[in-house]
Amino acid sequence: MKEKKIVFNDVTLRDGMHAISHQYSVEQIAQLTQLLDEAGVDIIEATHGDGLGGSSIQYGFSKESERDIITTAVKNTKQAKIGVLLLPGIGTIHHLNNAREWGASVARVATHCTEADVSEQHIKEAVKLGMDTVGFLMMSHRVEPEQLLEEAKKMESYGAGTIYVVDSAGALTMDGVKSRVSLFKEKLNTKVGFHAHNNLSLGVANSIVAIQEGADRIDASLAGMGAGAGNASLEQLVAVMNKMDIPHSIDLYKAMDAAENAMKPMMKRPVQIDSLSLTLGYTGVYSSFLFFAERAGKEYGVDPRDILTRLAEMGAVGGQEDWIIGVAQELAKEKQTLAEVK
Amino acid sequence: MAEEKVKCAIIGSGNIGTDLMYKLLRSEKLEPTVMIGIDPNSKGLAKAKELGLLPIYNGIEGFIEHADKADIVFEATSAKAHEANAPILKELGKRAIDLTPAAVGPFMVPSVSLEMHNIEELDNVNMVTCGGQATVPIVKAISDVVDVEYAEIVASIASKSAGPGTRQNIDEFTETTAKALKDVGGAKESKAIIVLNPAEPPILMRNTIYAKISEYSQEIHNDVLESLNRMLKVVQGYVKGYHFKTDPVIKDNVVSVAVEVEGNGDFLPKYAGNLDIITSAAVRTGEVIADSLVVKGVSQ
Repeated sequence: MKEKKIVFNDVTLRDGMHAISHQYSVEQIAQLTQLLDEAGVDIIEATHGDGLGGSSIQYGFSKESERDIITTAVKNTKQAKIGVLLLPGIGTIHHLNNAREWGASVARVATHCTEADVSEQHIKEAVKLGMDTVGFLMMSHRVEPEQLLEEAKKMESYGAGTIYVVDSAGALTMDGVKSRVSLFKEKLNTKVGFHAHNNLSLGVANSIVAIQEGADRIDASLAGMGAGAGNASLEQLVAVMNKMDIPHSIDLYKAMDAAENAMKPMMKRPVQIDSLSLTLGYTGVYSSFLFFAERAGKEYGVDPRDILTRLAEMGAVGGQEDWIIGVAQELAKEKQTLAEVK
Repeated sequence: MAEEKVKCAIIGSGNIGTDLMYKLLRSEKLEPTVMIGIDPNSKGLAKAKELGLLPIYNGIEGFIEHADKADIVFEATSAKAHEANAPILKELGKRAIDLTPAAVGPFMVPSVSLEMHNIEELDNVNMVTCGGQATVPIVKAISDVVDVEYAEIVASIASKSAGPGTRQNIDEFTETTAKALKDVGGAKESKAIIVLNPAEPPILMRNTIYAKISEYSQEIHNDVLESLNRMLKVVQGYVKGYHFKTDPVIKDNVVSVAVEVEGNGDFLPKYAGNLDIITSAAVRTGEVIADSLVVKGVSQ
């Protein structure tokens, strides 16, 4: 294995926000930041699950303000850098400037895998602010590697220093990760990252494949805390990396303890593979739709798996939570019509 | 003479400018005479020439020489371009209808703003954004009945119908739309979100509007629904393809409304309802201005 150290970008306090409906308190944010920092992660991302400006009726309101989330993380870290996620269309440069002022030093600008050109303004601004700037191509499974590369090249041209293959739906299998990451490594002059979701139980395996193909950065979270069936679990991935002699900066026991003693007791609902999160990965739907589909299914008396499947057929992308209720209503009507015919 | 059409120019030969031209050619009150661009190879300018408009290839400079050919000027370029052009148009005594996010003049959402302003006194009006044209009327319909503490909108737009202007300035879309939800829609606080969706076949423009209301009763419930239905018809008066996607819902003091906009298919395909709604609103505004000019006799 190569000697370079893998950079860990922890998402417990960002993707993990989805799993707790954005309700971390500042006390919890402080505790988790300290534990992650001590465990040795390089970057701690702390924002609403949908990034800066994500607190809304559409995605759910954060318990704490954006300012409190970021400043709490900044105050409680000794060595790790604090990062923020920004989805153009939801967050703005105005939000980014605030985050920078509050002490965030990593900016990840996220777009759907075919829409990289909406990130130009934000990537350029993040570079100008002197931030470690990352392009984040969500739902990477929806396009072929060559098309994904074209979008990545746009982000590279705007100045991103690292570009991610993001498996937002946890729908990529190992070959899919391999072809995308290896192409990025071959054709881009940037660092390359990979963000997994565990919906098909491949969070750790896919991250390892990405590392073997040369990925420089990997996302993970304590106990996999994240949308859907969660992300690659930090402690599990580190254990595997240790066995494979892949260099990193994480203390395995500290990561295990943080996951076991701090993270798991905070969970409102276990982050796990169940029929619904498995359906996310199986059909390729944005992982944060999980809770919304579950609620809508209950409210309208339809199988939430049918809701997710229909959303996949419609080609819903990240951020379209408002489509879920419409689909549930539609399915309920169809069910009623069917019952009347019978 | 009442039958005489008011002459107009279009700055910008892209998708919006070209669609606008087709709509203006159908107008009973407006006549497009000039299209101004900067790219000699532009398809829009070629189309304009073919349809009998004077094509100008060297931007606003070129228009200054032909300034007598139009009384109303539609700007379908970029915010930067309009900021530069606005003072020139004013100097020339033209009435500007701005389809960029520059917002030099006050916001104009025809179903709402025409009652708020005396159109004769405005030499420059701004058409907000496509999302604003689709959602501000809904928020206004609700705030006419009960205080709206917070309005939030999510606009889903087919990737194919979002041009480079929108893409490079996506913050302008969200910020301008959010401002109009307050200034024109009457909400106390606001937020706007835009999502581009690349699905094939392309999706119709879809807008979800959430309005948090200050109080709730059965009477308010009924009045809100009635007001929404009334507003729907007003908007349909100039945007035929504007309709509710699902029935409006009021739950936990939040009114949720989903509207879909099917384009008219003039120049752009039907899925580009987002472009159709802003060009349609601009034409409606132009027609109202034309009425005021004809009354004053300017065009004669």
